[in-house]
Amino acid sequence: MAEGCCTPGSNIMILACSGASNVGQLTNQAAVELTQEGFGKMFCLAGIGAHLSGFVQSAKDVPQMVAIDGCPVACTKAILEHAQITVKGYVVLTEHGIEKNKNFKLKREEIEQVKAAVRAACNGQSEGAAVK
Amino acid sequence: MEIKVLGPGCAKCQQTEKVVNEAVSELGMQAAIDKITDVLKIGEYGVFGTPAVVVDGEVKSVGKVPTKEEVKGWIS
Ligand code: SF4
Repeated sequence: MAEGCCTPGSNIMILACSGASNVGQLTNQAAVELTQEGFGKMFCLAGIGAHLSGFVQSAKDVPQMVAIDGCPVACTKAILEHAQITVKGYVVLTEHGIEKNKNFKLKREEIEQVKAAVRAACNGQSEGAAVK
Repeated sequence: MEIKVLGPGCAKCQQTEKVVNEAVSELGMQAAIDKITDVLKIGEYGVFGTPAVVVDGEVKSVGKVPTKEEVKGWIS
């Protein structure tokens, strides 16, 4: 929820698959850190998956968004499409050379790599424009 | 019909309330319009930002002032 009054136009919604693998947890950690750094705001993908109107409508109305999937199964993308939400910025970690495994000891350099990819996916994303 | 305008009370929230009021009265409808300003209560709707408009429990718009035509579409 907005702490202040009204959503600033530049508020970027970050949606992470947060899956049960290294890449899934990397999406989560990157989303948490980008939120803490003020780049954007992580939002509840589960709320969208549950088709709760507040979450679905928020994702439909937000001008800038980055969806992050750990692997090509693409759960975040599928959830968004299922709720008829346009996918704007989009990142799949395995396409960035990160191999999927079950090791939850996340590597700092990979977290930074994901954060950079998310920032790049947002570049040039104008208000309301779908880039993918 | 129950309409809720969610927002702590800035200019955009007030503008949204005005648009909703006008849409309701132009359609000559009976509707209870509530203003929710409590941040914790607003949080219960799961919205990413404000202002937001809720019609009969369903969130219809988030983070922007809707047009009067949009509001009419939701309530008629
Ligand atoms: S996209 Fe891949 S890592 Fe993420 S939740 Fe789905 S299967 Fe798991």
